[in-house]
Amino acid sequence: MTTPDRQGHKSQFVGLGGQRDVVDGVPATSVAGVGTVEALAEVMREAAERKETVVARGRGTKLDWGAPPTRVDLLVDLSGMNRVLEHASGDLIVRVEPGVCLSELQNLLARSGQRLAIDEVVPGSTIGGLVASGLCGPLRLAYGCVRDLLIGISVVRADGVLAKSGGKVVKNVAGYDLGKLYTGSFGTLGIVAEAIFRLHPVPEARVWVTTELSDEHDLARCIAAVTTSQLVASALEIDCPEDGAPLELAVLVEGISVSVERRAQALAHLLGDRHTISTTPPIWWAAIPGETTVKLATVGSDLPRVIGAITEQAGRTGTRPCFRGSAALGLLYVGLSGGSDPRAVAEFVKEIRTVCEEAGGSAVVLRAPAVVKRAVDIWGTVRPIGLMRRVKASFDPLHRLAPGRFVGGI
Amino acid sequence: MTDFVQFAEHLRQLLGEGEVVTDHERLRTFECDGLAHFRVCPAIVVLPQSGDEVKAVVGACVAQGVPYVARGSGTGLSGGALPRADGVLIVTTKMRSVVEVDVTNQRATVEPGAVNLDITRAVAPFGFYYAPDPSSQLVCSIGGNVAENSGGAHCLKYGFTTHHVTGLEVVTPDGEVVDLGGGKALDAPGYDLLGAFIGSEGTIGITTKVVVRLLRSPEAVETVLAGFSSIDDAAEAVSSIIAAGIVPAAVELMDALAVQAAEASVHCNYPVGAGAVLIIEVDGPRVDVDESLRLVEHHSKFHGAFEMRVAKNAAERNLFWKGRKSAFAAVGRISPDYIVQDGVIPRTMLASVLNQMAKMASDAGVRVANVFHAGDGNLHPLVLFDGSVDGECERAERLCGAILDLCVASGGSITGEHGVGADKAQHMPRMFSDDDLATMQLLRTAFDPAGLCNPGKVFPNPRLCGEVPIRHSASDPSVKTGMGEIF
Repeated sequence: MTTPDRQGHKSQFVGLGGQRDVVDGVPATSVAGVGTVEALAEVMREAAERKETVVARGRGTKLDWGAPPTRVDLLVDLSGMNRVLEHASGDLIVRVEPGVCLSELQNLLARSGQRLAIDEVVPGSTIGGLVASGLCGPLRLAYGCVRDLLIGISVVRADGVLAKSGGKVVKNVAGYDLGKLYTGSFGTLGIVAEAIFRLHPVPEARVWVTTELSDEHDLARCIAAVTTSQLVASALEIDCPEDGAPLELAVLVEGISVSVERRAQALAHLLGDRHTISTTPPIWWAAIPGETTVKLATVGSDLPRVIGAITEQAGRTGTRPCFRGSAALGLLYVGLSGGSDPRAVAEFVKEIRTVCEEAGGSAVVLRAPAVVKRAVDIWGTVRPIGLMRRVKASFDPLHRLAPGRFVGGI
Repeated sequence: MTDFVQFAEHLRQLLGEGEVVTDHERLRTFECDGLAHFRVCPAIVVLPQSGDEVKAVVGACVAQGVPYVARGSGTGLSGGALPRADGVLIVTTKMRSVVEVDVTNQRATVEPGAVNLDITRAVAPFGFYYAPDPSSQLVCSIGGNVAENSGGAHCLKYGFTTHHVTGLEVVTPDGEVVDLGGGKALDAPGYDLLGAFIGSEGTIGITTKVVVRLLRSPEAVETVLAGFSSIDDAAEAVSSIIAAGIVPAAVELMDALAVQAAEASVHCNYPVGAGAVLIIEVDGPRVDVDESLRLVEHHSKFHGAFEMRVAKNAAERNLFWKGRKSAFAAVGRISPDYIVQDGVIPRTMLASVLNQMAKMASDAGVRVANVFHAGDGNLHPLVLFDGSVDGECERAERLCGAILDLCVASGGSITGEHGVGADKAQHMPRMFSDDDLATMQLLRTAFDPAGLCNPGKVFPNPRLCGEVPIRHSASDPSVKTGMGEIF
């Protein structure tokens, strides 16, 4: 079904929102699929004229993240903007449209022995979704996160104007680095039309050294041993599959074969007797747990205290959390089952957040069933919220882009 | 019109007598940064000792509608800290302590006036270092590094300031003190204002505290010096080393003219008769470094390196680097005046762009020496001229503009590390559309609606009267004293 007044435009399809065109429980009134940047800009200009609220969608894998939007007049579907526009292998850069799937991009780059050093944490993620959510995985320890590898970006603003910042060269300080501002902004400042990334060579060998930890103090010892060594780990992750289960720690080592072998042996020695060395990752690697997922950020030295608090609050609130994350970076994802009592989850989040915020960190609910979202504070303390509101008002004065999805009701 | 006598009195009440400068002779010492030919004498200079004092000064400026500019050590090369004649210059050199070193979490907290190298000095005993190493790191301030998103020779592998700062305390143009980022923790919820702030060239606030990430020192470092008969061969060697999957810590290239200048200046003993010299540094675990070194040697020889030396010890490594690091200032020995250009091109275009540049230079009858970060395509052509000869300066400037056009046309940038500042604001439209620039302004106006924070920088304005050409003279006092060494 199509709306007559939208026919004839360059968008690939337009129509009323269907059953699947829902953003975190909020149905979209209409949907426009766009295949080119020109079509995207045109659709956005029209939406601006009609003062419509707009949410962008790639493959929809994280549309239920963040807070639900207050209203969705138009859902802009970017899955048709799926071209890899340029891969300059000699320069180790790639320029892509937002609808390109990360996994497909990796397959293409692998043919040239290269990769975008970002893990696919949520299967099916598109580049636009990566930028909008800022989500990355274990490789962050060695290569940085989405904002660190993004060197150029074009967005279509709320008013339909196309604007770029950065460029195609890694070293570049001309103008403001708006790519960082857009990354993780949940589509509230503009819609990604094109992204340019720095690439890395695919390492010749990858090995995981895994060990079971006796307790959280053993964790602190292992993190310190790895981070003060000169063995250059690409990632250091921990996993606790259920409350009370032993912690598992895995370190990824990458590089040329002869080096990886030696470094893995040296790491195994540092970690203790109960280790295994494998060329495949642990099954839990680079995936985030739970139907309700809470992301904790703290400083590494505070992890034992935070983990202690998780156990304590699990007992107190009757929740059954599991957790994993990039321990050396102080990041943990806590997962809770979808059936958990919303009030218990809210209580759990509140208590854990207090512990994290005391250490200067944060706790953010990434995703949760609607009943849970209604019961919890999703973002916690956000500073400086006044300045963030002014940035939002400057980029999108009528609050038409993903209204309500971001911090402080932005 | 502000009464600056009265305003200075007000600032003295806020900060104390010794921290407010109005004496003309002393004011003149602040009239330029490392871009010495842009000179403006500020109305007032203040030297606050704390974030609270910075806040008080900004608050006073905002209340009076007085523009203000922040300055660290004054080593910037784009005039980012160029004062305003009708404004206050806020100098952070009295705020230079390393407040805290947290080895366990690999963080250090420092004041904005702290010198870059002081961080590494403070943490080296623990086996750590602060990675961004602009060549001015002996004197440049961290606050300035944050403003300019400084890199350095080793940013090829380790990235820029923006990759190494996890938190900032900032005085906004409202006169408020805010924390951007998560302090020592990562991923504070909300917009990444930290990322937007770093590299904004002091136009959206003043940094009063910086939390940086520390890296573990590598197990092994090897530095290779390779002589090639031509720039083409050296550039091809760089491309093939990187194509082989090696990520060197640094790859630096100097052409014959630059080598000649460096030899005359510091006797660095580079390969005789080289048309181009490469300095390649690899670091990491011992085994990887050995293998990388083997590949570097292989690819260099394949592309015609006629002489290769691996530094046997730290002293020899320092000598390799000394030639490179002194090259800019050394050019003063072979030319009375010169302009330092800073542009970026995709690395694979090095040979063709350098050839085009050489042709443009010879057509214009201007000599150009090249010293640059080849690994990331960051060119630093040194355009030589004699200001005492009629028309030479103008010819050199025209060539400089044409070089930037060439960089942009090749898919690159008008600045890789020196910043836009006052110097290149007029060149921004070469790279960005009106819409691009207007969008950047959306960020600026959100922070600074009154436009008082370092106005006139980054964004193109009508050319100010009294602006003088951008050039360095061999007789620059700052170069002579070693404070203004230009890298």
